[in-house]
Formats: sequence, C-alpha cells, structure tokens
Amino acid sequence: MLKTFKLGGVHPPENKLSADSEIVELPLSPTVFIPVGQHIGAPATAVVKKGDQVKTGQLIARSSGFVSANVHSSVSGTVTKVDLVPDSGGYPRVGVVIKVEGDDWDDQIDTSPDLKSEISLTGPEIIEKIKEAGIVGMGGATFPTHVKLVPPRGMKFEMLLINGVECEPFLTSDNRLMIEKSDEIVVGTRLLMKAMGVDKAFIGIENNKPEAIRKMEKAVNGISGISVVPLKVKYPQGGEKQLIKAVTGREVSSGALPVSVGCLVSNVGSAFAVYEAVQKNKPLFERVVTVTGKSLRNPSNVKVRIGTPVSDLILFAGGVPEDTGKIISGGPMMGKALATSDVPVTKGTSGIVLIPEKQAARKPQLACIRCSRCTNACPMGLEPFLLMTLSENSLWERLEKEMVLDCIECGSCSFSCPASRPLLDYIRYAKAKVGQLVRSRKH
Amino acid sequence: MNKLLTISPSPHQHTDDSVRKIMYRVLLALVPALIWSVIYFGMDAVRVTLLAVLSCVAFEYLIQRFVMKVQTTVTDGSAALTGLLLAFNVPSNLPWWIILMGSFFAIAIAKLSFGGLGGNIFNPALVGRVFLLISFPAQMTTWPVSRMAETDAVTAATPLGILKGGVLSGRPLQELSGNLPGIDNLLLGNMGGSLGEISAALLILGGIYLLWKKIITWQIPVSILLTMAVYAGIFWLINPEKYIDPLFHILAGGAILGAIYMATDMVTSPMTGKAQLIYGIGIGIITMTIRLFGAYPEGVSFAILIMNGFTPLLNSMIKPKRFGGKQP
Ligand code: SF4
Ligand code: SF4
Repeated sequence: MLKTFKLGGVHPPENKLSADSEIVELPLSPTVFIPVGQHIGAPATAVVKKGDQVKTGQLIARSSGFVSANVHSSVSGTVTKVDLVPDSGGYPRVGVVIKVEGDDWDDQIDTSPDLKSEISLTGPEIIEKIKEAGIVGMGGATFPTHVKLVPPRGMKFEMLLINGVECEPFLTSDNRLMIEKSDEIVVGTRLLMKAMGVDKAFIGIENNKPEAIRKMEKAVNGISGISVVPLKVKYPQGGEKQLIKAVTGREVSSGALPVSVGCLVSNVGSAFAVYEAVQKNKPLFERVVTVTGKSLRNPSNVKVRIGTPVSDLILFAGGVPEDTGKIISGGPMMGKALATSDVPVTKGTSGIVLIPEKQAARKPQLACIRCSRCTNACPMGLEPFLLMTLSENSLWERLEKEMVLDCIECGSCSFSCPASRPLLDYIRYAKAKVGQLVRSRKH
Repeated sequence: MNKLLTISPSPHQHTDDSVRKIMYRVLLALVPALIWSVIYFGMDAVRVTLLAVLSCVAFEYLIQRFVMKVQTTVTDGSAALTGLLLAFNVPSNLPWWIILMGSFFAIAIAKLSFGGLGGNIFNPALVGRVFLLISFPAQMTTWPVSRMAETDAVTAATPLGILKGGVLSGRPLQELSGNLPGIDNLLLGNMGGSLGEISAALLILGGIYLLWKKIITWQIPVSILLTMAVYAGIFWLINPEKYIDPLFHILAGGAILGAIYMATDMVTSPMTGKAQLIYGIGIGIITMTIRLFGAYPEGVSFAILIMNGFTPLLNSMIKPKRFGGKQP
C-alpha cells in the first residue's frame, strides 16, 4: 500500500497536459517589471534608481526585515522606473521596470552546465548564501527559505521533506524539474540538510509521476540519508501538514509549525534554487512555469525570467485561445484569477492556467442538502458547511471554537459541494475576522 | 487581449456532481423495484405512482411560484423523489384524493414550510405517509391482491399484519406460519404490502448502486438492519414459539425500503459515520419495539421520523475527527 494522508482529500481530474513537454527557455521580453515584494513578509527596499545600468543577477532590492527576501535583476539593461505598477490582483505595488539590453550576466555567476556536487560550505554559510540569493518557497507559499531554516529557540529539526507532490491539477513544472534536474535537486537537498543539521531527508512524489520517481530514485542511489517516497495520488497532499502526515505519520497540531514534529518541508523548485545559489552563485531570478489549458495550442513548461509579462508566456505557448474566460496564476484549486495578463511572473508563479469561458463562471448556489461531502473532503477535519453558515451569521467566536483558523484554504470543500456553495469564500472571510479578533485580544 | 476575464476566488474547478444528479440517481435506483410493483400490482401501481410524483411536483411549483413567490426548485428532482417515495409507502389501491392529500402534506407542510429542500427536519415522504396512516387508517391498511394471485379475494394481508393479528389473538407461531410467505417469496417480493416495499432483492440492488455512487453510506442501512436482527434474534432465541426469526423481520414489511432509501435521506440524517451508526441503531430499536410490543404491525416510518428529530442534536454532538488531535 502506498502512503498518503488519512483525513479527507479529493480527486480532481489531473489534466497534466504538459507532463511530457521538456522545459524550454523563453526568449527575453523587451521589458520586465520586477516587484520588490514577491514573498510573504516585508517587501524589499529598492537599491537601484531610474537610469541605472544593471546586470543579470545583480541585487536590485534588499531584504528589509526579519521576514523578507532579496530581489535580483533577471535581465541586463537600464532601469526605466522604480514605481507603482499593478500586480496580479490589480493592486499597485512597487517594482523595478527594466528595459532589456542584451543578456550580460554578473561575473560571479558560474554559468557552466556541469554538476557541482561537492559541498564546501558550513551550515550557517549555506543559510547566508540562501538569504543572499533571495530564495523563497516556490510552490506558491513564497515564505523566505532562510528564515524557515533557523528553528525557533528550543526546537530542533530531525528531518527534511522535499515536496515533489505537485498535487494541483494541470501543473507539471516540478515534475519536469525532477526529471531533468534530478541530480541538482539532490545536491540542493543535501545542502538544506547540512544547513538544518539533519541526516535524514525524504522526497515525496505522487505516483502519477513515474518518470520523476524513477529519475529521483536513481539520483539518490548511493547517497546516505535521502530516500524517495512514492505517494498515492490525493489532493491536497502538497499541503505541508498533509505531506508530513503522509510521509512520517506525524500530525502537526492545530496552530503549530512543522518544526514541532521535527520537520521542515521544502519544494523541489526551492531545492533546485538552493543548488544554483550555493554551488553556482546564481541568485533566484528565473523559474520554471507551466503554461497550460485545454484550449491552449502548446501546453508547455517554460524557464522564465522573473518579471516577464504573463502575456508573453501565453503568446509563446500559442496565444490566448478564443474561448478563454479566466486566467489563473497557480493551479485551479488554489491559484489566483488574474484581472489581466499584463502582470509579471514572480518567484511564486508555479503555473498559468487558461480556463475556457464555459467553466470560468460559477454555477448558481443552492441550499445545503447536508450531503457531508464537504466534511468528508476536508483534510483538516473541519465542517465547512457549518463554518459557512456561522460566517454568514457573523458568529466569529463560535468560528474560533470550531477551529476555522486551521483551514488551509485548499478548496476541497467548495470543489466537492453538489449544491455549488461558495464555502471557502465565506471561510476565508471568517478566517480574516477571527484572526483580527485573536490579534486584538493580544493587545 | 481586450476581453473581460472572470475573476473569482479559488477553487476554480468544481465537481460535476450536482443536487439534481443525486436526486435523479436515487430515482433511477428505485426503478427496478417500481417495475416489479407494476408487474405485481398491475396498472394501479402506475396510477398511484404517477399521481404522487406529478402532484408533488405540481404542489411544489405552484406554492413556490404563487404563494411564496420565490424561484422554484422543482427541476432539482427532490419533489419528484418525495412523490415516488410516498407512492412506494402506500397501498396501490389508494383512492386518488387521499394520494393528493398525502402529497400536499409532504410538500407544503413537511418541506416548504420548513424552508424547502435542506431546511426540513423530517423526511417529507414519511411525514406524508404517517399523516395518511393516522387520518385514513382503514384505506392505508387495505392491501390489494396481486394481479398474479389465483384467488377471488380482493384484499390481501401483509406478512407483518398476519403476524401481529395472530400474536394479538394468542395463536402460536406454528399455526400462522402456513399463511406466511417463505424467505424466497419475501426476497422476490411475492407478498402483500405497500406499493414499493415488496421486493427486497430489487431494493437492495438499487441500494448497491447508490453505495457505489456514494449517495448513501453503508452505516445507516447496515446499523438499522443489524440492530433489528439482533433485537428480533434475542426474542426469537428466548421464545421461538411466540417470536418469528430475524430474517423475516428484515425482509417483510418496509425495513429494506426504509433503511436504504428513507433513513438515508441526506437532509434529515446525521453527517458523520459515527452519528449515522447511532441514528441507525436508534431506528432499529424503535422499529422492533413497535413491531413486537406496539399497536401497529409496522414501525419503520415512525422510527425514522423520531430519529430525524434527533439528527440536529447528533450533528452538533458528534464532530468529525480534527487533524492534529485537538477537538473543539
Ligand atoms: S478549504 Fe479549508 S475548510 Fe475547505 S476543505 Fe480545505 S481546509 Fe477544509
Ligand atoms: S457539500 Fe455542500 S451541500 Fe453537501 S453538506 Fe457541504 S455545503 Fe452542504
């Protein structure tokens, strides 16, 4: 029996259209727009100004707090402005706009394609490198990696879990990365292990990616302490708590961090970025993005410079199909609908999914028939139908008791409701309200 | 790109299952048993079924449209299902006006006055049936003979009716057993009874389909039937002269229909597996208590309605297991 997590979970159609498309590099765009806040935490502070010449890989915004991350230029050229530009949600955000001229890389970066597997740095030095390179969780969470690597006082890591689950439908960038860069990912894993001071790591991969499992198993062969764990397909296995449960059987309790059970979870994309940062001196300024959709001409996995307009990415994959009704940044379960495709690719952009008009709009909401599908689907063991009703009635204290803050916003509840009830919309609202309540109590 | 895009929060993908599909699948599951009833009771079964289904749909439409002035929900199939279940729970020779009253009571009182589908606490079809049983006890317990029976009689008795009558008059079981159908006939549906309850085998077939489609859970039917079997079995072991065997209790009467199709109604049954087991055990105990010691020969409908009343309590007391070990 393959391992998986126990509670809840759903099986949305996988639609991994681009699973077999090799990663291709996107030609440079004429201009890029690089937001200074691409991570959870304080936005970085821009250190370049209008008119500056920058090289590919040069620092353009410095981390501005404990939880923050550096931002580097993904291209070489001239800074044309440092100003507010609308981000994916339509909100104005500070970013650096660069007119691309050639592709002149910073000399510090080792551009040779050879694998460098020898580790010469100490743990703290590795963390410092990761911090300099501006690496964040690349599965979409975008939490700065160097912050995660230092456990809170009194706590200790026991093992590292590498998240190669990619449970979101449609997305295949992690799958391709594992197939094409398996050795690099393993070196990245070793670096993370050294930084954490642990000698055990597990790479969790769902068994709908047999080639990735094969390649990764080959890559870890002969390396002590790292093993590949094939997992049974079930959404949301890529959730931190679900992955820890599936691989180790341990349950992170309500409100606690993974370190409370000795674990740290890192995405395969981040592990690859760690390899490049530490071994090749290359900051995080490009990533693999899946561009896909049922009507798209060429669903692909594309290596893209951060700051490239999403519209260029779509154009590369065949252009926006006539019937498109929605463009999602991320996967269809947890991704964000874009107001326009004139927004930049950022460190957390795992995919761009184009949804046909017919499936874009929601179905009209009906009364709850208490079928318990939402309850059975919830991986946190919550009662979404009840949380929605309480939220509609503004019963925030009750919601706190019902542990609404445990919701990981995976969308399994809304996905499975036959009455098309917008459960997660109301639960998200309740989480914000209850969060406020909890914070106000602390003051 | 100058087309407007849809923006909505995640998830952007949804199940293609719907309330309507659920309702139509339950209707489908009941079709084999219905076909058998038509074969067994003749065109009367068609008349009663059509009348009940159409009147339920019509009442729902008319009341929502003209009295409540809300968007009608007749197309979701739930009114049709209520009609079909009501028909399944009455004799196939019931006069048309009684059927109409049952439909009206089920839809207007038991369903719409509670706010419509999802708001009702009690199973509408059962409320309709019990209302008729109390108001028209004679008509509701006069059972037609099968089309296929070689007899001149115009009315038949149900196996449970024969049993109850016999036991009440103090006759030993052995004397009665000649009049009672055997297990094979009970299973096939060669017995007197309500329109749709007679063929245990075909009802179970539909139940397997519903289990497969995840519309019902095993917990409710299994706990009801098992509880009934244990309850009946204890008495049977103590005194087989007076009490009949458990299998008879399960197959005769409305236990199968009730356990698979009525007690499992999503709206009126509890949500977690554990609560469903308690609910089912409750129904089993109440049913057998009525059958063995009550005035009525059959008790499934009452038992389900009583436990429907406990559903909100069970839901609030028994919570699903939370991730991480803490419970609210
Ligand atoms: S979104 Fe929240 S409530 Fe809904 S299934 Fe996921 S964890 Fe449960
Ligand atoms: S899935 Fe929808 S209809 Fe079913 S219980 Fe949850 S909210 Fe109600």
